[in-house]
Amino acid sequence: MTSIEKVSQWIEIFGEKITANREHLNKLDTAIGDGDHGSNLTRGAAAVKEKAAENDYDNLANFFKDVGMTLVSKVGGASGPLYGSAFMGMAKKAKESDDMAELLEAGLEAIQKRGKADVGEKTMIDEWAPVIESVKAGSFNQDVIDESLESTREMKATKGRASYLGDRSIGHIDPGAQSSAYLFEALLEAGVIDG
Amino acid sequence: MAKEYGLLIISHVNEIATGLAKLIDQVAADVTVKTAGGTEDGEIGTSFDKINAVLDEFKEDKILAFYDLGSAKMNLEMAMEFSDKEIKLYETALIEGAYVAASLLQADVDLETIEAQLDPLVIKE
Repeated sequence: MTSIEKVSQWIEIFGEKITANREHLNKLDTAIGDGDHGSNLTRGAAAVKEKAAENDYDNLANFFKDVGMTLVSKVGGASGPLYGSAFMGMAKKAKESDDMAELLEAGLEAIQKRGKADVGEKTMIDEWAPVIESVKAGSFNQDVIDESLESTREMKATKGRASYLGDRSIGHIDPGAQSSAYLFEALLEAGVIDG
Repeated sequence: MAKEYGLLIISHVNEIATGLAKLIDQVAADVTVKTAGGTEDGEIGTSFDKINAVLDEFKEDKILAFYDLGSAKMNLEMAMEFSDKEIKLYETALIEGAYVAASLLQADVDLETIEAQLDPLVIKE
């Protein structure tokens, strides 16, 4: 059973982490992208916070839908449609399930559909996929988050802006995987999985 | 006289989009060309809301869309899912593709022929 209280706490903590690490995300994105990942997501996080404060949600689907639409509208770049699609995918799933592994899986499917990327292409998917596997297996913890993130360093980007750099994308952590790592750290801290 | 198809240009930079529209206007004065360049506050990027709003402005129900880089495509695809219009997205080089399509639309060439001409200009997946 996934409670709306814990989920909204999750998203709140995610926003705090993004905001606090804005410069770090920008720096990672400067190395292999266009340098605005942290600023874009911070803008989105502020808008999500505002939107969430306006409403009193009684179901996960409506909450996820608002988060998704707000991110699509406010974040821009590639991360707006990608994170936005993820939450809208979760919103759709939430109408029939409140199992966190299933919800996250629906989010990942939406990301893959939108970005047409797969595991191993140095994207946020390389954080999402192993985390979801661990949630399913009951072994989700900080190590899974950290190791998945670190694994993107030696990957060569074949999707997204970083792919234009070819081999020169190797040696850098993927910024989308880093922001996703914050998302899953927030998931741990909010206690959503144990709930 | 307006054509059956309108043309949409999406770029990360407003000036790229409007500059291309200016270039196209020279050869395709009767084709409706609209642009969604940059973010809502004029920064570099693309905006779902902006694309959505521009799509609504078209009188034409059918739109041929051209874009520059990957995230423009993602925002466009999202907007396409929300729009009632019939929108075709092309993976050509932005300038060449939009220019060819507009010139042929101006000359009342049918879509099948236009797409055959666009084919060799495809540079994105």
